[in-house]
Amino acid sequence: MSRRPYVRPMSRTTWYMRNGRFKVYMLRELTSLLVGFYAFLVLFGLVALSAGSEAQWNDFLASQQGPEMIALHGFALLYFLFYQTFAWFNLAPKAMPVQLGEKKLPAHFIVIAHYVAWAVVSAFIFWLAGAI
Amino acid sequence: MGTRQIELEVMRYNPEKDEAPWFQQYSVPCEEDWAILDALIYVKDNLDSTLSYRWSCHMMVCGSCGMTVNGEPHLTCKTFIRDLPDKVRVEPLENFPIERDLVVVLDDVMQKLQLAKPYIIRKDDPPPEDEEYPQSRAALKKFKQYTMCINCMLCYSACPQYGLSNDFIGPAALSLAHRYNLDSRDQGKAQRLDILADHDGVWECSFVGACSEACPKNVDPAAAIQQMKVDGTMEWWKQKFGLTGDKP
Ligand code: SF4
Repeated sequence: MSRRPYVRPMSRTTWYMRNGRFKVYMLRELTSLLVGFYAFLVLFGLVALSAGSEAQWNDFLASQQGPEMIALHGFALLYFLFYQTFAWFNLAPKAMPVQLGEKKLPAHFIVIAHYVAWAVVSAFIFWLAGAI
Repeated sequence: MGTRQIELEVMRYNPEKDEAPWFQQYSVPCEEDWAILDALIYVKDNLDSTLSYRWSCHMMVCGSCGMTVNGEPHLTCKTFIRDLPDKVRVEPLENFPIERDLVVVLDDVMQKLQLAKPYIIRKDDPPPEDEEYPQSRAALKKFKQYTMCINCMLCYSACPQYGLSNDFIGPAALSLAHRYNLDSRDQGKAQRLDILADHDGVWECSFVGACSEACPKNVDPAAAIQQMKVDGTMEWWKQKFGLTGDKP
């Protein structure tokens, strides 16, 4: 009797095509590209601001207001909401379970607390921006 | 009770003859209440005695009949024919080398379970004579879910990170460590996190969540790993600021 275990190779480039769960996971991970894009955008904005010239800053603002950029920001917002915000809020009770005495706090309480915190932070930012 | 004819497509691999695995078809008259494991037993008893597979209890306790059924990891004793189409593909668990037919090599994960130091670590070892370490029901509740693991390794089979790199310590071993970290009688958390809150430990996990979906015992290893990430980070900061005296 000879042992000769057979190893089934896993494709490093297409493994996530195996099932729907992996595809959704990849869509979630793709948000990292958008995060990168926004990091650069903030950098560009800061450079424009630090140049000290109002014209340069206004150019930067104007560059964000064309229909393509508005479409891109709208797409990014929806993409983030579905694949980042909703996804991570739903997963939050796993990372942060709360036990009170012998009972575990139901998961949806923790999820709702996240949405409430989100609303409060958003309202604060709108208030800072003078929108409310 | 009527029978239903099921076309079973079973992966075969004989290390003495085959270069690579291949599929063999068996037509099995299944009783209504059969699970896939019953169909495999029927094949072995009536159609082909050379078929190899592991099983023991047929009641979700032993954890040895895990296989890939129609592409998903399952305990075959609780995967019922009535929930499946007429054609069923049975393969060995993914992410493990095939020993023979449906039997996989589990040596790697057996070693990983030991990395978790799955026993109570005390500073006052050996324990004081004639004393026990009491534990409240609330303290037990904190980790009870993680004691339900039956080492079936479906979670490793579901995990793409383990499939891509066997260095990953993986779901069952990490949740086993978390079980002891959460135990009020244990004092070994810092020791365990030294090994497990590292690149091949919890940080290799990108929270796909497939392990928890595959787990037949609702252990939820993905949750354990995320909680260990939080613990590991806290422990790191504590050590950085010299707030912890219990480094081994
Ligand atoms: S954690 Fe669940 S899936 Fe993984 S070995 Fe334990 S019982 Fe099986």
